[in-house]
Amino acid sequence: MNTIISFIQNIPLDLLLIQTVNGIVTGMILALVASGLTLIFGIMDVVNFAHGELFMLGAYVGVVVFALTGNFWIALILATMIVAILGAAMQILTLRPLIGRDPLTTILATFGISLILQNYVLWQFGPVARKISEPITTHFNLFYLEYPWYRLVIAGLSAALIGLFWVFLKQSKFGVWIRATTQDRVMAQAMGIPVPWVYTGVFAIGAALAAASGVLFAPMAGVTHTMGLDWVLKAFIVVVVGGMGSLGGSIAAAIFISLLEAYAAIWVSPAQAVIVSFIVLILTLLFRPTGLFVPTPK
Amino acid sequence: MSATAPSSEPLVQVEGLHTYYGKSHILHGVTLEVGRGEVVGLIGRNGVGKSTTLKTIMGLVNARQGEIRLEGSSITHEAPHRLARRGIGYVPEDRRIFRLLTVMENLRTGFDREGVTESRKKMLLDKVFAYFPVLAERRDQAGGTLSGGEQQMLAIARAMMLEPKIILLDEPTEGLMPRMVSQIHQIIDALHKEGVAILLVEQNVPLTLEASQRIYIMEKGMVRHHCATSEITVNDPLIKQYLGV
Amino acid sequence: MTTAPLDKPIAPTKPRLSHNAVFWIGFCVVMALLIVAPLVLPVFWRRFLTEVLIWGLLAMSSDLLIGYTGMVSFGHSAFFGLGMYGAAAALLLVSPPNLWLAIGLGLAGAAGAALFVAYFSTRLRDIYFAITTLIFSQIFYVIIFTWTPVTGGENGLIFSKPRLTIPFLYDGRFTNETMHWFVLAIVAASYLILRRVTRSPFGMVLQSIRENEARTRAIGYPVERYKIVAVMLSGLFAGLAGVLYAIQNEFAAPDFVYFITSGDTVIFNVMGGIGTLVGPIVGAGFFQLIRELLSRLFGDQFPYLIPLGVIFIVMIIFLPQGLLGFARRWLNR
Repeated sequence: MNTIISFIQNIPLDLLLIQTVNGIVTGMILALVASGLTLIFGIMDVVNFAHGELFMLGAYVGVVVFALTGNFWIALILATMIVAILGAAMQILTLRPLIGRDPLTTILATFGISLILQNYVLWQFGPVARKISEPITTHFNLFYLEYPWYRLVIAGLSAALIGLFWVFLKQSKFGVWIRATTQDRVMAQAMGIPVPWVYTGVFAIGAALAAASGVLFAPMAGVTHTMGLDWVLKAFIVVVVGGMGSLGGSIAAAIFISLLEAYAAIWVSPAQAVIVSFIVLILTLLFRPTGLFVPTPK
Repeated sequence: MSATAPSSEPLVQVEGLHTYYGKSHILHGVTLEVGRGEVVGLIGRNGVGKSTTLKTIMGLVNARQGEIRLEGSSITHEAPHRLARRGIGYVPEDRRIFRLLTVMENLRTGFDREGVTESRKKMLLDKVFAYFPVLAERRDQAGGTLSGGEQQMLAIARAMMLEPKIILLDEPTEGLMPRMVSQIHQIIDALHKEGVAILLVEQNVPLTLEASQRIYIMEKGMVRHHCATSEITVNDPLIKQYLGV
Repeated sequence: MTTAPLDKPIAPTKPRLSHNAVFWIGFCVVMALLIVAPLVLPVFWRRFLTEVLIWGLLAMSSDLLIGYTGMVSFGHSAFFGLGMYGAAAALLLVSPPNLWLAIGLGLAGAAGAALFVAYFSTRLRDIYFAITTLIFSQIFYVIIFTWTPVTGGENGLIFSKPRLTIPFLYDGRFTNETMHWFVLAIVAASYLILRRVTRSPFGMVLQSIRENEARTRAIGYPVERYKIVAVMLSGLFAGLAGVLYAIQNEFAAPDFVYFITSGDTVIFNVMGGIGTLVGPIVGAGFFQLIRELLSRLFGDQFPYLIPLGVIFIVMIIFLPQGLLGFARRWLNR
């Protein structure tokens, strides 16, 4: 025990706090991506393998709009809307015909879509990373670092988007429709709720959340055709660890895992820090397979 | 035995309906009709296909053969959510209210439609709360916390929010105390007075005979007999034959 | 005086081939074609065919899980990759490089991965299983990619082919033809073994699990154990494919452990027809053929995965039985 305490005491406090902030920032973006995934899974029982590509597509559309207008916020809004519409189209064309079939077919179909999207983007934009410049370039002093305000803004915006979405779910008419459909699809129809369109709408919202995350994240790193892959994998881990279908669980898990990874990055390289999320997943599957942040069912 | 024909063109007509669950042939050519504002009873033993008939009308189960018409136009393969909007309300057996939604939200799924003004919504709510004061008390409670009888009332109230022309009522009194049974009777009467048609599936024969103007008796997936309720009593040998205890 | 024996049919029945006979005839015909192929085909197509066989083996191993047990796995890239790296280890560490050691080590590596994946994954149903296998294959990828001193990291490992030594029968270097025949022999043997397995009582239980897991469990079968064995078998044959690939191409690279390989495998399965064993091989061939065609028509840079992806999705929606299922229906007309 003593060695652990002295070990922790030896870590410079400022490094720890910086990593905490970093962890929370990445965690919030991850939470936003994972929320879309959880939403689609929880309501439609669809595992959206193309979710990472929607994230990536959002970033690319953002790049294009940004190049045209020079305004980050317009890029954010337009990218979100365009990808939402694309998501709706995807659902109508490929997922609606599969309703009622084995749920594995939707995994396969969305996997197929992810391949198409990735390769299309690679074809059109090439392998070189694109960039969106930060909308807010000022920094503040976080200990010895000049920490960009932008990162805090991303975290704040992600939280705001999630919060907005939560309110929407609880209060609005469409939110009630979604919740009714989730609980009892048949009776929802009997009450006049157009269930096929609820599904399309849910998918579009999930796509919108992913796209928004993509644009928000873009200034932090380059925009490439593979950026979706890493995020979708982590998002899946978050969804499983948080409890599949639990929005609150996903958010908690996203922050939890991101924090752990940020701390691990103090000692190991970021590529290896990824192993942390794998370990958390394995432990969760071993001991609390229904999810770490979900009350255990009896 | 002649049935008194409904005074105007029937609201709902079902002709030669055949329904299957997988390979099981459940409905063998059901034919019946409900006139505007009529209360029509559908009785028979367990498993003869009464609920299936309602489900098929509502589009929740596919009819393999036959026709269903609403106000003259065919609705045989129409989607359930469109039928709800066209004025068919459905109250299933075992109620099936949205357990995790509040009473208010349950009702909301009914009145939150296009073309309904805020004042009309308020009027609908007031009316329903007048019928079911207990729902007004519990309006912010989750549906799952209500008692069986209260859930039944909520299920009916929810359907009423659609301002339907006809309500398909599936065994509303099942599992309810006698006091509640008579309350259901009163509600059916009140709805009838308002001009809402009701197709009532029930095991409770006396109630059905009292509340309905006509009845159909089903056996083995087909209608075996139909007549006006004025022409038949509980002790009729037909009742014993088809519902025999 | 002779009387007709009472237990013989009175009218002679038309002589018909049994289903089994049809199978063996078909099998021999196909084998004959494949054996002759390297002798008549140009070099490129020779290698192409050999590679299709290897991918076919990988897809076949995956079919055991998807088509027969009803478990979609995205983890086959891990088994394949570990088979590949296991063989690489044997060929690099032991001198002179020994073919059978490579196979053995590759299988051992794949088996280890399979055991690991099986233990966790069989506790989860359907979708959760698929996602978990995906994540696990990524774990292996990250380990291989970052553990550079051992695995060569990003660049992988390069080595040379061992000699083809079959005790008492043959000893010589691999030629293009013998490589092809060796691969063919192994793939054919694997196919026959897997076919035997799927038709055995064990295979019947697997299919029963696919149809209705709860009922199978209720009848009394230890479903988890069957699943673990299924995953192990599947992993072994996938690893075998990896070994063959390593030997043929003389390198091992982390790219193959990336889950895209698993994805491709699933595509081969769906395109060819799941639950048929032969289907996935056909699917693999079809995929590679279209890919080659597109690259010849439109050039190397053409994103062949876009039309292939579209075909894949269209097949899922309209042709869920795959090419083989379609052919079957067409033949039955």
